[in-house]
Parts: sequence; structure tokens; C-alpha cells
Amino acid sequence: MNDTQLADQLATDLSRAFERCMETYQPRVYAFALRLTAQPQDAEEIAQDTFVRAYRALAGYAPERIRTLRLRPWLFQIALNIARNRLRSHRAREASLDDGDEALANWFSVPDSEQPEAIAERSERQRELAGRVRALPEHFRIAVLLRFVADLSYMEISELLGKPEGTVKAHVHRGIVMLRESLVRVPDEVR
Amino acid sequence: MNDPVTSQSMSGLLRDLRSLADVSAPVGLRAATLVAAGLADGYAEVATPVGPLYMAYNARGISAVNLSGDDTTFERMFAQRFGRPARRVAALPPALSRAVEAAIRGERPHRLTFDLSSVSEFERKVLLKALEIPRGQVRPYAWVAREIGHPKAVRAVGTALAKNPIPLLIPCHRVVRSDGHLGRYSLGDDAMKGKLLQAEGLNPAEVETLAERGVRFIGSDTTRIYCFPSCQHAQRIAPRHRVTFTSADAAAREGYRPCHACRPAV
Repeated sequence: MNDTQLADQLATDLSRAFERCMETYQPRVYAFALRLTAQPQDAEEIAQDTFVRAYRALAGYAPERIRTLRLRPWLFQIALNIARNRLRSHRAREASLDDGDEALANWFSVPDSEQPEAIAERSERQRELAGRVRALPEHFRIAVLLRFVADLSYMEISELLGKPEGTVKAHVHRGIVMLRESLVRVPDEVR
Repeated sequence: MNDPVTSQSMSGLLRDLRSLADVSAPVGLRAATLVAAGLADGYAEVATPVGPLYMAYNARGISAVNLSGDDTTFERMFAQRFGRPARRVAALPPALSRAVEAAIRGERPHRLTFDLSSVSEFERKVLLKALEIPRGQVRPYAWVAREIGHPKAVRAVGTALAKNPIPLLIPCHRVVRSDGHLGRYSLGDDAMKGKLLQAEGLNPAEVETLAERGVRFIGSDTTRIYCFPSCQHAQRIAPRHRVTFTSADAAAREGYRPCHACRPAV
């Protein structure tokens, strides 16, 4: 089923079709959040929060509006906003608070015991690459992940980030070049 | 240097980047999301003094308690009764789980919240009244009826308690027949009622014996106050000062007044 059909079902019977929407997109949103934050717990909360907010938003939309929604970019837009807010507040917290502040235990978070063995990477190479991606400057990292993990077009990313398509392409390209450079460890880079 | 990436082509790098999407989302993420979005109630098996029970919850609190067993049967029952799906999760959310455990131990029961949106106004009053009965004590159906302002609705009180969606946590097992016998119980079988009360420190055999003898109330000849037999004040009366009554009228005739704590009469 494609995006249009899914949007159509959501417009017709939101609560029934919403689980299908999650089935289709939640794994990828989780992957995106995981690659962005490199924290399985954060990624899980972002992936959950994205769909809770999406559902609440859809519940307030008229059916015609849901029908014309481009679901994939819309969902990643929500995910990115949540992730950015979290990254920002993490930084603020790291700056202002000592650790051990676990008071805000999320009511709905899945207990630790349910976590899979962290991230079982397919291969050493995947693990290595994920680490390099994590080390990219934030706007390059976001552009690269939106392109290759979220699988959005340059036009969609351009709309999502509110930046010209050329800028987005440049960011993705720059990100790839940096990844390549970091992966191809030139022996004399230590000099 | 044997770096597997060194020899990689550009297309290989792009393929690897795409493969970063190949992670499996955590087990239970979808169920937890549906629950958080309010599209389903979550439920899990919880160990209790009467064995494992299924407990369902949503953002309002605990929504259902039932004997655990087969997930499919429970989910079908839940959907039929509440008109929304229930999804199995690994465990209750930590904060809720702690509140449930405390309530089962009899500590801070007010910390626990319930979703009673599926019951009628009358049923809600009955259930909230049952919540006021202290642990290890019992009150008759007629007492609940009187307390909620419907003194004649004794049978309806019984029906409301039999339909209690949250047995154990809303202690319908603390409401007994007006003749003092324990009466029926919906969670498991009638014997479960006695077991639960025993676990709370009440002696079910003693309750039944008093009922056999027709004793409804116990008074103290020093204070001239009478109580329900399980009231904490009745339990403290020394045997030589202990008097028994078969009715509130009998107590009143001898100049006894009802206890303010258990309110055997008003």
C-alpha cells in the first residue's frame, strides 16, 4: 500500500487505519531517531512520541486534509522536531544539572528489560558507519539521515527543513564526503 | 591496513548508509505507542496475593482486573466490555506498577487512579464507597446502599459490585451480605473472597460464626458504642466488656450509639 492509499484510509477510519500507519512507518522513524541520537532509549521515546503526536494531530484534521497529507515527510518532520527539542534540552540539562535526575520517569516508556540487546548491528561495518554518522555536524547528519534512512527526496527534505533544495543537496553531499574521508583513514592524517 | 571500508566505492557507501535503516524496532514499541495515544489499553500480568492477575490500564489509571490465563480470551472480553482494544505489554508502567504494589500492601491506596468511565454514575458511587472500607474489614451491601443515599437499592448495590471491572484493587470483596455471611465473589470463586479477607488479616471463619449466631454488631459496655464486628474499634474491646447485638434497634434500646468510624447506623 502506498502513502496515498494509507492517507485515504486514515481519512476514512482514523483509529482503525492508524495501526497500519505505525506498522508501515514506525520502524523507519525508530531507525532515523536511533541514527540521529545513537541512544536506543531516546530513539524509542522519539518513535513513540512521534506517533502519539501524529495521532492527536490527525484526530483534529478534517478528512480532506488527511487525504492530501504526504505522510512520510510529515511524520519525519514531527520526529525531527521532537528529536531536536530533546537534543536541545539534553544539552541544557548537561550544562545545568548533575546527573542522576531520573525523576521524570515516563509513564508510558517500555521498561528496560524489554530493550533488545541494545542495537544488534548487522555488521561491524554498519556499526562503524553509524558511529561516523553520529560524529557529523548536526545539520549534515540530519540531511544525510533524511535522505538515506528516512528515504525522502531532496524536494521533500527541502520543504521539511525550510531550506533551498540546492542547500540540502550541498549538505548531503558534504556529509557524504566527510563520511568517506573519516572512513578512509589516510595514514598521514595524524601528522 | 585491513580496513574493510578503504576499498569501498561511493555506491557501496550509499548502500551502507541506506542499510542504517535496517534495525528492528524494540519489541512492544507499537503496543506502548497505541496505549500512549489512547487507542488501546495496555495490560500485563501482575503477581498478587491471590495469584497472577491481568491488569489493564490507560492514561486515567487502572481500567480492568481479571484472572489471568489466555491473552486472546482476555482481549476479546476486554474489547466486548469496553469497546476498545487491549494490548499486552511486558509490564505495567513503573509508576503505576509501584502504586499497584503499594495498594495491594494496603499502603497509600489513594495514589492509585482508576478509569471508571465505563460504569454508570450509580455504579461509580458504589465502587468509590467500597474503596473507603478499610483493609481487613467488611461492610454489608445495605450499608453501601445507605451510605450512597440509596438505602433501598441493596440489590442494585450487589449487582454493581458483581460487575466491578477492577476487583481486588477496588475491594468489592469487603462488602458482604447483610446477615453477616461473606456472600458471593466474582473474581475466581466465592472461596476467593474469604482468602482475600484472610490475607488482609480478617478471620473469615469468625465472621461466619458470628453470622450463624445472628450477631450483627459488637458494643462496649464502657463506651456504650456499637460497631460492625470487623471495625478496628470493635476489635479492641476487651472480652469482658464486649456485648453483642442482633440489630441496631436492639443496641439503641439499650442506650448504645453507633460508632462514627464504621457507621453501623446513622
